[in-house]
Amino acid sequence: MKYLFTASAVALLASLSAANAQTEIQWWHAMGGELGAKLEEITKGFNDSQDEYTVVPSYKGTYPETMTAAIAAFRAQQQPAIVQVFEVGTGTMMAAKGAIVPVHQLMADQGAAFDPAAYLPAVVGYYTDTEGNMLSMPFNSSTPIVYYNKTVFEKAGLDPNTPPKTWAELEEFSKTIRDTGAATCGFTTQWVSWIQTENLSAWHNQPIGTEQNGFGGTAARLTLNGPVQVKHWENLKRMADEGVFKYGGPVGGDNAAPMFYSQECAMYMGSSASRAGVIANAKDFELGYGMLPYYDDVEGAPQNSIIGGATLWVLSGRPDEEYAGVAKFFEYLSSPEVQADWASFSGYLPITQAAMDQMADYYAENPGADTGIKQITLNEPTENSKGLRFGNYVQIRGIIDEEFEQLLAGSKDAQGALDAVVERGNALIEEFEAQNQ
Amino acid sequence: MKRTLFRNQLLPWLLLAPQLAITFVFFLWPAAQAIRQSFLRQDAFGINTSFVGLANFRALWNSPEYLNSLQVTAVFAVLVTVLSMGFSLLLAVAVDRMIRSASVYTTLLVWPYAVAPAVAGILWWFIFNPTIGVMPYVLEMVGYDWNHISSKSDAMALVVIASAWKQISYNFLFFVAGLQSVPASLREAAAIDGAGPVRRFFDITLPLLSPTTFFLLVVNIVYAMFDTFAVIDATTEGGPAQATNIMVYKVYFDGFVGQNMGSSAAQSVVLMVIVIALTIVQFRWVEKKVAY
Repeated sequence: MKYLFTASAVALLASLSAANAQTEIQWWHAMGGELGAKLEEITKGFNDSQDEYTVVPSYKGTYPETMTAAIAAFRAQQQPAIVQVFEVGTGTMMAAKGAIVPVHQLMADQGAAFDPAAYLPAVVGYYTDTEGNMLSMPFNSSTPIVYYNKTVFEKAGLDPNTPPKTWAELEEFSKTIRDTGAATCGFTTQWVSWIQTENLSAWHNQPIGTEQNGFGGTAARLTLNGPVQVKHWENLKRMADEGVFKYGGPVGGDNAAPMFYSQECAMYMGSSASRAGVIANAKDFELGYGMLPYYDDVEGAPQNSIIGGATLWVLSGRPDEEYAGVAKFFEYLSSPEVQADWASFSGYLPITQAAMDQMADYYAENPGADTGIKQITLNEPTENSKGLRFGNYVQIRGIIDEEFEQLLAGSKDAQGALDAVVERGNALIEEFEAQNQ
Repeated sequence: MKRTLFRNQLLPWLLLAPQLAITFVFFLWPAAQAIRQSFLRQDAFGINTSFVGLANFRALWNSPEYLNSLQVTAVFAVLVTVLSMGFSLLLAVAVDRMIRSASVYTTLLVWPYAVAPAVAGILWWFIFNPTIGVMPYVLEMVGYDWNHISSKSDAMALVVIASAWKQISYNFLFFVAGLQSVPASLREAAAIDGAGPVRRFFDITLPLLSPTTFFLLVVNIVYAMFDTFAVIDATTEGGPAQATNIMVYKVYFDGFVGQNMGSSAAQSVVLMVIVIALTIVQFRWVEKKVAY
């Protein structure tokens, strides 16, 4: 008994000293399921590659839950060093100057190898300040594309290898599909906010707000009630009334995917990262991929689409040695090998040119997998197509959904609905501006 | 009444201490925090804080969404209370007439109470899901196009049904107990005087049930206003277009999702005032009319 006690005491001491030798870095994330498992595998790769630091990933639920948990932890001074925050939380994170360590500053402070030019501007542009400094480390980024049912296209007498290029073509194809009885609805969509409003604006080089879509500061206001957006919402309403378009619900549009999988709708606009899921569910038909449609009478269209997804933010107030580890970990994460592995597994976009080059074989073998990356790199991003950054944007996305629902219900017209988005959204932005002064 | 005299002045306080501590930590302290926060404007991380007086309350008063939420909450609470109490009274009266099988039915009817609100929400969400649910399929056969994702009234119906269903068991138990305490002799006397079953129910049973009914009224309104959060969160998340955004859900959404602590705290304070007012009204005025 005495020996056993001594032995366990020695073992305990040994394990303590082993833990002391390594600096633990907490990473809170929102990747569940297979993505979460892959994330842990990548982290393990980093932990095994050196013995100074251990990154400890913890799954904290959905994106809003993870962000809320990190903010609450910060208020209680228990924050993790790294937290994964979705793109609409960027405005909130960026404004919290005392709470975050910008990535460019972290890398410079720690003397880490960091070349901003190596990153794809279309991806990191969303997360840079007006001087082009990177504020957070992109981790999982995607962009909306068109998935279509080639089998239905063939049945309707359309060319299965030609997805619609313009909205006029999309409508024409949809009507042919409906009239020939190949499918009952032409198309459906995820995210009315992200795809049919924000991306629509960027894709047509139209401003979403003032001050470079909010990149210029918290004084920015929404202006997405311009003629192109109004015309588009009007068309969606008309097509919904004609049965050509079906609404999949608010936020991510949970009901959109089942309508596409069951071949009720022939086309489906969704995140490029949904590709693996779409392939798994498209069992009874052949799948095609296309870029987002555009209005050919709008000058400058198509421009480039914008991304969604999440980035890693570094929170302040942790011991210095942890930041050295975070810098090392970010170096590891942006290496072409890790990026190519993660991007080809998940369908998210690679964040560096080198990773993209390394994925050439993968793209050649998997047709359609490069639609997203082609679309965001179609043109050099303009002020209108870098992304957007507004405070309280999670709620503003909710407002976009609500007003779109009012439009569908017929209680408002497109101009009225978008005017209301701007008016209600700006009230929230003003509140945010006041909070951060 | 028997009074216990403590010779030691400290002992009663010591005996009360655990309860007082819990009340302080879990009620008084958070309530005080909410009141304090409702006068402040703060960013999400708590870095910049400024005193804004009544600005948060004024903003609520001027917000159509908040006024809408007030209205939604009132409609929701009334519907849930009426539906669940009416239905459980019906069931209780039915069970009360049974002799041998009453305990079996009682057991079966109490089961739903063991279901967690979030689970109940998911359950009803599945049953009424426009794409995969069984109810929309049935409703379509009678010509009704159910869609709680785009129809405000369908969404309200869904959350009311799910919330009321959860509460039926609880009400049922109390009504059954209440019915058993109504003396059979009174009903029999009325029957001899020639009163029919309906007349007997409204003139004898119902008035004698009023203490139970009154108690359940308080419990149900409080339930509908505060305990239905999980049902809303699991089914409609307040939508479509804020049609089911009850006040408790709005407090959560604005505070935890929207990170607007000041407005969220102001809303909690309003809720607190409403609860205090409701309690006073119910005990001051309603109780006087109840025949015990």
